[in-house]
Amino acid sequence: MKKNQFLENFIHGIFLLLGLITVGCVLLITMYLVISGIPAICKIGPINFLFGTEWASTAKEAKYGILPFILTSIFGTAGAIVIGVPVGFMTAVYLSKLACPKVKSAMQSVVSLLAGIPSVVFGLVGMLVLVPGIRKVFQVPDGAGLLAAIIVLAIMILPSIIKMSVTALDAVPKEYEDASLALGATPVETYFRVSVPAAKSGIAAAVVLGVGRAIGEAMAVMMVAGNAPNMPNSLFQSVRFLTTAVAGEMSYSSGLQQQALFSIALVLFLFIMFINAALNFFLKREKE
Amino acid sequence: MLKQLFLNKRKSFEVFTKAIMYLSVGLTAALVLFLLLYILICGIPNITPELLMSKPSYLTEKIGILPDILNTLYIVFATLLLVLPLGVGAAVYLTEYATSKKMVSIIEYAAEALSGIPSIIYGLVGMLLFSNHMGTCLMAGALTLVIMNLPTIMRTTQESLKTVPQSYREGAFGLGAGKWRVVRTVVLPGCVDGVITGCILSVGRILGESAALLFTAGFAHAVNGLVDGLAAPGATLTVALYVYAKEQGEFGVAFAIAAILMLLTLLINFAATLVQRHFAKRRSI
Amino acid sequence: MKKLVITMLSMMLMCFVLVGCGAENAGSVSTDGSTSMEKVIGGLGEAFQNNTGIVFTYNPTGSGSGIKAVEEGRCDIGLSSRELKEEEKALGLKSTVLAYDGIAIIVNNENTVTDLSLETIAQIYVGEIINWSEIGGKDAEIVLVGREAGSGTRDGFESIIDSVDACNYRQELTSTGDVITAVSQNPGAIGYVSVASVKDSVKILTIDGVAATEENIKDGTYLLQRPFILVTKEDEALSEEAQKFFDYITSGDANDIISAAGVVPAN
Repeated sequence: MKKNQFLENFIHGIFLLLGLITVGCVLLITMYLVISGIPAICKIGPINFLFGTEWASTAKEAKYGILPFILTSIFGTAGAIVIGVPVGFMTAVYLSKLACPKVKSAMQSVVSLLAGIPSVVFGLVGMLVLVPGIRKVFQVPDGAGLLAAIIVLAIMILPSIIKMSVTALDAVPKEYEDASLALGATPVETYFRVSVPAAKSGIAAAVVLGVGRAIGEAMAVMMVAGNAPNMPNSLFQSVRFLTTAVAGEMSYSSGLQQQALFSIALVLFLFIMFINAALNFFLKREKE
Repeated sequence: MLKQLFLNKRKSFEVFTKAIMYLSVGLTAALVLFLLLYILICGIPNITPELLMSKPSYLTEKIGILPDILNTLYIVFATLLLVLPLGVGAAVYLTEYATSKKMVSIIEYAAEALSGIPSIIYGLVGMLLFSNHMGTCLMAGALTLVIMNLPTIMRTTQESLKTVPQSYREGAFGLGAGKWRVVRTVVLPGCVDGVITGCILSVGRILGESAALLFTAGFAHAVNGLVDGLAAPGATLTVALYVYAKEQGEFGVAFAIAAILMLLTLLINFAATLVQRHFAKRRSI
Repeated sequence: MKKLVITMLSMMLMCFVLVGCGAENAGSVSTDGSTSMEKVIGGLGEAFQNNTGIVFTYNPTGSGSGIKAVEEGRCDIGLSSRELKEEEKALGLKSTVLAYDGIAIIVNNENTVTDLSLETIAQIYVGEIINWSEIGGKDAEIVLVGREAGSGTRDGFESIIDSVDACNYRQELTSTGDVITAVSQNPGAIGYVSVASVKDSVKILTIDGVAATEENIKDGTYLLQRPFILVTKEDEALSEEAQKFFDYITSGDANDIISAAGVVPAN
């Protein structure tokens, strides 16, 4: 009997350990990023680093100002949300409420397919189709820049937004809608005035998830954004995102430059953690 | 008069929103269709048996993706082998063992945080954590992917564990079984569908991953056995696609790989639907 | 119980694999470094492996990380497409020139300009000349395409035209292929890449009337060129296999392979 008790405790301990592994991973990642990111920030000075407008990491008098990257990431993500959310939201309402089951399941596999395309492929097609297209349509010298990145990101966040919004809209109790219909509202009015408000936390979570995806994307953006460390003054400006700043220079970097790249990763990480907290907030509210 | 105006307004709202909805759906569908066709048309003519069955040679300037296919298989195998016990274990702890609500919410929050971290950050941390200690190799890539996929496996397993009826557990306890025995004989067999769904989702994510693997697993194209392969640097299909498209400008090969990945994605989605349908049916009986 | 044992066993197995990961393979040569050298070093390695049976690995990570890998003992021979800096030499690293690589100035196939002087190129890249019509082309803005900071190609190019960190890029791309693609898609673009990797999709300009051919690079009349360097440790002998590889590629026996890769052998 005693042996059994020991075994039970032992196994309980193992499962506890397994459960704590996720926490350990998060702590480990945070710790590593902080340890490798802080030295450069201290050396450069937090104000110079975060609000410096010039990035010239290999120049003799190296300048490490990441304000252009931060602003680009914010503008780029905002742009992607402005384009991607309305399209994704409308598609989700249609799929959840209006579409017949066959269309719904077909469209859902289409959306999963979009989610499964590797980001490099988005970059490749963007480079061959989108960038020359922008150059011709808008008559600018070069199409690679903020606008191209925004469009690619908008397409890439569509699946997350659609899937999550559909789940939220599907979960709205049928009684709500029936009541609205019985009062004489048309189906479309019901969906937009009753179902959507009822699912608003879930939809907000979908938007936040989209923000997270957009701000963290590196490979596709790197191929279409032009990557010059400019301030994002116009839609056609060649710009560099936080992610592409890290991915672009990492393999050749050394010394303070490399440390500064880790600091950028730390800033990006803080953004993501903030977004995660927001996501968690909306999801909790949805559950209640 | 006023009523007429009101009705008109309602009508135009209806027509307008419907139009926008159809437009959005059409746009989404057209986009995917365009991407799919573009990639397949550019890629399929380049998929030859030779491409699939040979390794690249600099001397003859031929490109083959056999090593990349093998590397992809190895990394999927190694990742799943490691992540399954961890993820399933964590899920079992959360649903069966955990007593403190606070602990559960901390672990769940951590899992959510993990799934929100972008792959480029995984790449950097994987480089610091694994590659700097054991060299750039597939195993370092696999370990990075383990952390990435942990939340997926955890979530799907947890969801399917929740569907195991409480009465089963009570019945087993009533018969005098210990906790571990209940978990082993009643709970774990009940979460097979969740585990399989989790595996399918993870495989999909591993197939599409490039940023996290570039810095951790490297991009060599050598044909190795499983053990040597895991200890050597190597490119998976997606990394190979990235390298061929970017470093060498070999768009034919790049699109061929892209087409293969697309077909695999279709297959995986199909498999996931089948598994879900199969288990849903079994459950309803 | 059985399952528990199996789980334990499989975990232990994985641990062994992990340990195996760090260990060096016996009888192998590992190289690490410049992405521009992929074609030449890949060809040499393949020929060497075919001749001797010694396993050869090459990890294209970039000049900087290749140099660091040698210093930390993570590979046998480092590959760099730029000369070692003084501080790197001070760490006890030695450089041996393997070959010379021309840097080609490429423009879109639709561009009518065929020749530029080195000075003009410098003026273009620092932004003094901004329209093709100023140098005899169509009326179109010049779109400057270049590589990211730290790239060996960028380093070489900028130091030859004497405008290090003064270039005003429109696009900074992270690989040779990207530069070629960007230039081939835009009629107003100009870019620089290693001669070895240029494809038909873009046009190579002559510099002061000199074409980027093997002879011109060898006798130094084509000015835009940089060395491909093998990096080793000064005070530490190579392993027997690595020494064999080193001797093979620097002896002149392998010059055919080096030339076939589009660069000019040094020995």
